[in-house]
Amino acid sequence: MITSFLFKALDRRAIWVVSALIALAILVPASNLLLPSDSAFHVSNFTISLIGKYLTYALLALALDLVWGYCGILSLGHGAFFALGGYAMGMYLMRQIGSRGVYGDPILPDFMVFLNWKELPWFWLGFDQFWFAALMILLVPGVLAFVFGWFAFRSRVTGVYLSIITQAMTYALLLAFFRNEMGFGGNNGLTDFKDILGYDIQSDTTRAALFSASALALAASFLICSGIVRSKFGKVLVAVRDAESRSRFIGYRVENVKLFVFVVSAMMAGIAGALYVPQVGIINPGEFAPANSIEVVIWTAVGGRGTLIGPIIGAVLVNAGKSVFTAAFPEFWLFALGALFVATTLFLPKGVVGSFSSAMAWLRRRTAKSDTPVAEPTVRAAE
Amino acid sequence: MQHLIRFLIALLIVPLLITGVSAQTDPRSLIDAMAAGNLKARAAQIEALAAIGDAKTVPALQALSDGALYFRKSDKKVFIAQKSGKDFDLFDPLTAENIGTVPKGSVSKVRVNNSLRRLIRSVIGTLTLLSPDPQVRIAAAQTIFKTGDPDSLEALDRALVQEKAPDVRSAMELARASVILKSDSTDADKIAAIGLIQKGDGREAIPLLNEFAAQSDGPVSAAANKAIVEIEKTIALWDIGQTVWYGISLGSVLLLAAIGLAVTFGVMGVINMAHGEMVMLGAYTTYVVQEIIRNGYPGLFDYSLALALPLAFLVSGSCGFVMERTIIRFLYGRPLETLLATWGVSLILQQTIRTIFGSTNKEVGNPTWMSGAYELGGLTLTANRLWIVVFALFVFAALFVVLKKTGFGLQMRAVTQNRKMASSMGIRTPWVDALTFALGSGIAGIAGVALSQIANVSPNLGQNYIIDSFMVVVFGGVGNLWGTLIGALTLGVANKFLEPFAGAVLAKILILVFIILFIQKRPRGLFALKGRAVEA
Repeated sequence: MITSFLFKALDRRAIWVVSALIALAILVPASNLLLPSDSAFHVSNFTISLIGKYLTYALLALALDLVWGYCGILSLGHGAFFALGGYAMGMYLMRQIGSRGVYGDPILPDFMVFLNWKELPWFWLGFDQFWFAALMILLVPGVLAFVFGWFAFRSRVTGVYLSIITQAMTYALLLAFFRNEMGFGGNNGLTDFKDILGYDIQSDTTRAALFSASALALAASFLICSGIVRSKFGKVLVAVRDAESRSRFIGYRVENVKLFVFVVSAMMAGIAGALYVPQVGIINPGEFAPANSIEVVIWTAVGGRGTLIGPIIGAVLVNAGKSVFTAAFPEFWLFALGALFVATTLFLPKGVVGSFSSAMAWLRRRTAKSDTPVAEPTVRAAE
Repeated sequence: MQHLIRFLIALLIVPLLITGVSAQTDPRSLIDAMAAGNLKARAAQIEALAAIGDAKTVPALQALSDGALYFRKSDKKVFIAQKSGKDFDLFDPLTAENIGTVPKGSVSKVRVNNSLRRLIRSVIGTLTLLSPDPQVRIAAAQTIFKTGDPDSLEALDRALVQEKAPDVRSAMELARASVILKSDSTDADKIAAIGLIQKGDGREAIPLLNEFAAQSDGPVSAAANKAIVEIEKTIALWDIGQTVWYGISLGSVLLLAAIGLAVTFGVMGVINMAHGEMVMLGAYTTYVVQEIIRNGYPGLFDYSLALALPLAFLVSGSCGFVMERTIIRFLYGRPLETLLATWGVSLILQQTIRTIFGSTNKEVGNPTWMSGAYELGGLTLTANRLWIVVFALFVFAALFVVLKKTGFGLQMRAVTQNRKMASSMGIRTPWVDALTFALGSGIAGIAGVALSQIANVSPNLGQNYIIDSFMVVVFGGVGNLWGTLIGALTLGVANKFLEPFAGAVLAKILILVFIILFIQKRPRGLFALKGRAVEA
């Protein structure tokens, strides 16, 4: 009975999150577009693009939570999947510039003209079609995650080793994308986007639409994630996280379980990157920096891993803090971020959401004073 | 009567001759004499200068040949002149001391022609080949080797007769061989000369032999071509040696950066993402020590590194100690959380240094004994790289001794292998943990002292090394010092061998990809620990 109650509560929570996100997707753009700019409820253009960016970050953190919180795979390379999705979108946007670039070449992006390239490299073909770019946004991170995970999980690279080689992966990609010869714009990356699907990328309506798209993508991903973790497969995931060898001995194909969530998570990260790029207007190799990927981990940890809602809250909280801090005291942001890392791991191992739920459970137990032990959702250290 | 007259004349002449001779042994008056006389007299003057055999006269002769020798019209004194704007800067012909600037009209050029230039060249060769300074003699021989001037043959032979120093001799023999190739000696002599040139080292020999092979024909040309092939083979071998050396040098840097990590990560199993910042602290300690020395005790500058070493060890070590006591000890058994917490510490340390010292690169000087380069056959070893290799090996050996031969090392290994058992035997495990972490961090600090000599000292110094050091430790095998040594050197050498084909960045990417694949194959590294410790 208690378990079914918990299930219901969790279900209710998912419904609550999804409806809140949908409401956000409708209300915020509406207030931005329809209300006069002096209204108290008007959301400014600046705020809408800022929150839109936070939502893509939240999606990235959610993707990481699926693998880290539920399967114990601490990926320090999720920024790479994010950036690859971003590059796929960036390539589409570059092709949309057409002859409006500085050099006015109808096909080649400016940086290729600058490098004296005569024709488009093969991997740029097809990116003038949105459907193809959208496919690549899913496929490129997905395939990389599949290949990487296939090797890593089959040879049972776990724990810290896995974290370190994911970090090496994103570092290698960082170095590779800095090279001009790679054909991705080198140091400067891809920028100067003009329009997306025929709409001006700078206009208010496009911005509002991108915001809604981000909120809806986050809602959909949240549904998928909670569907996964609530299913029987989700139980296996947690089993793998808490006792990998035991799950293997019982007969589960641990590596396939891990591979599946890793690929799903990488695709979500790719979508996040693809939504991020048109909103900030640039993608460059800096997104591959190992430090970025570690920052995603701290968003998840602050919010509470293994809770799905935690990473969303964590990403928004930390990034809002970053925006405030870097504006007010730029010197101290790194101190604050560093202290956040230390304090979270030492004092809030379950994150904000996890600590809140255990506090609620404790309160409930105190008031009920029943003999039945309350099963609280625990997050065990993923080792 | 006639006899008497002759005698008297002789009496008159002898003092004249004596004064003449004494006048001629003074190089300054001989040089000044060039202000007068025609071109024919100039030849005699040059010969006279050569007869003194003083290498100090070489600059003046060279200046004469280059048309830079002028005399002052007012007092007929000769100077080396350098044009500066419309005027001439005058330099003393013997001491090269700056005399001052005079207008163009007040000096006149000492005239020279091509036959005189040829004479000067051979005179200079003779003077330098017979110089008391062996370096000057070698340099002169090498010049002749390059030009192969047939006029120098006589001078070379003369010098060879009295030359005793073996390295100068071999340089002179090479020069002689080069001269013989250009002269009209017999084929047998020329082939012998080619053999000699082939044995001597040098890329310079190739253009020389190429030119010779093109001009000659028959067996001599064939011999020259064969010699070229042989020399190229030798050079290729030396080039491989040089690449290996660069690789070892890079490997030693990797070793230094990784060796402290081998203790904290390898022995304790703690992921210290702030390891790079410990290296950075060491580098900044060096900077501070050098600043203090520069401002207060400039004479001690050559000892700055020796002073910085223990200080860096203390600074980084105590920083590590505090970290272990305040943060890491609460996270044992939760490696992923340790990773995050130490990353936070690394951010704080970076920002602290940036706030104190600013984010620009700091200048850390090389002591004199670390600048310069050594030649070893065809290899060029720069002193700072050489010292860093030596230092890295020394640190490795020292750490090895500490781990294997001291009581502390024994306790450390005991705690690593079986914490509970060690504790039962009376070892204070928390204390050992703290000291081990301090040791690992302290070693990172002294690595920072060495790296400050070759890397930019900036708050990001550590970031550049952290991924590389993890790669080394993981590749070599966690918990194994030998693995770290082999891993660092292998990765360094492999990187340098890939660079010519792939470029520096791609080589690094390839190495990273290789390690990622390698870990799939051997998840526990090159030298894996076996037994129970693996699963613990």
